[in-house]
Amino acid sequence: MNKKANEITEQSTWQELTVGCEIYEPGTSRLTLTGEWRSKIPVWDPEKCRHCMMCTPFCPDSSIPVTAGKRSDFDYDHCKGCGICYTVCPFGAIEWKEVH
Amino acid sequence: MSIRDRMSGNEAIATAMRQINPDVFAMFPITPSTEIPQYFAQYVADGKVDTEFICVESEHSSMSACIGAEAAGARAVTATSSAGLSFMNEMLFVAASARLPIVLAVANRALTGPININHDYSDSMAERDSGFIQIYSENNQEAYDNYLQAHRIGETADVRLPVMICEDGFITSHALENIELESDEDVKAFVGEYHPEEYLLKAENPLAVGPYGVSNYYMEARVAQAEAMKNAKRAILDVAADFEKTFGRKYGFFEEYRMDDAKMAIVIMGSSAGTAKAAVDELREAGKKVGLIKVRVFRPFPGEELAEALKNVKAVAVMDKSEGFSANGGPLFAETASACINMEQRPKMINIVYGLGGRDFTVDHTRRVFAHLEKIIETGEIGPTYIHLGQRDDRKEVL
Repeated sequence: MNKKANEITEQSTWQELTVGCEIYEPGTSRLTLTGEWRSKIPVWDPEKCRHCMMCTPFCPDSSIPVTAGKRSDFDYDHCKGCGICYTVCPFGAIEWKEVH
Repeated sequence: MSIRDRMSGNEAIATAMRQINPDVFAMFPITPSTEIPQYFAQYVADGKVDTEFICVESEHSSMSACIGAEAAGARAVTATSSAGLSFMNEMLFVAASARLPIVLAVANRALTGPININHDYSDSMAERDSGFIQIYSENNQEAYDNYLQAHRIGETADVRLPVMICEDGFITSHALENIELESDEDVKAFVGEYHPEEYLLKAENPLAVGPYGVSNYYMEARVAQAEAMKNAKRAILDVAADFEKTFGRKYGFFEEYRMDDAKMAIVIMGSSAGTAKAAVDELREAGKKVGLIKVRVFRPFPGEELAEALKNVKAVAVMDKSEGFSANGGPLFAETASACINMEQRPKMINIVYGLGGRDFTVDHTRRVFAHLEKIIETGEIGPTYIHLGQRDDRKEVL
């Protein structure tokens, strides 16, 4: 039986990999946490945010969740810290901070 | 019942392709393999196959199209030579690591430079580490027979590797010889249909191929691929056994020609073996204990079996029809020597690089090789181990 991507970890032996490392289900990028790649971090200020929806389509990693026309806080598991959202925000509602 | 015919190696391979009726043929022409897609285009035009025949813009693209098609669940084939094979280089590694059993017919031709259209193995030897299974043919019959076995070998469940079927450019690809063909029905029954377990067009189970895998997974992926290549040894023998049972012609990793009690042997590949066999016959007539091993399967390399076949021989000349520029001998020599390194008693072994870019290789050349081996046995002195044969030279030649 072919293994699903979430059953394969860095503890898996070579015998446990799929043939040719094929992946048998969609959406497996959710399993890969890329947040640790960040060297700077965007911080959302809900007070200043007008939910203009400028930041969301610019985010290359779909890390700004939107529900019913309103954004919520960043998905920091997948935000790589590119800073595009901070650059495009017309209201100064995203701070661009050092990661410590 | 076999059908007697006469044709070139290219037509023999195209005929095998027609009989197998692959799903996709991604074609780009290059001498001397061009006739293969040329014959096949006629079969397409005549409605003899229902293959999707794609004319692409380069060999990089033809191998890419094969990769896409094979991943989608199709049986995909192509053909190439020389610089075309080099241009596929990147995609050959993709095909093999994605474990896609594409079959690639290669009419071997020298690589530049100088620019040359004639035969040697510099093209496929440059791809020996690509992860393709490599099977070499002495003549048109072997090109046909090897091709008929290729899909089954590559598609074996614990193998799943692409296969290169090699024939000597012009010598085999263009020369007409007698051949025994098998009937379309028998070939179709032998090769069978391709039913991969997982494929891109299997709508109920989405699939991604060719993922990113850095240091935390790459090693495991490569070990798995290396194991598949080891498994290919068994698959090659299994398919050869069934081929012999079905069609009566016998194949193995290599052919041992008059090797019983041989004291001197040459290890050689392809059409040159035919020439060298004539010399072996002559020398046997004269009472010399000489023999020949013709390597058919170069990847996976049958190291243990070859060492076993050479264990009672006193001196061996490994014949390379490609110059590896290692300054230490050609690729067949490197493999054969490493295969023998742990033998309790191993033969003295030299490398002879010959026939580059289509330079003639004759019965007389073979006699000189055996005479040299005889001298090594008599004197016990091995002398130079990396020798070129057949070039114009202002130094005294070794042979």
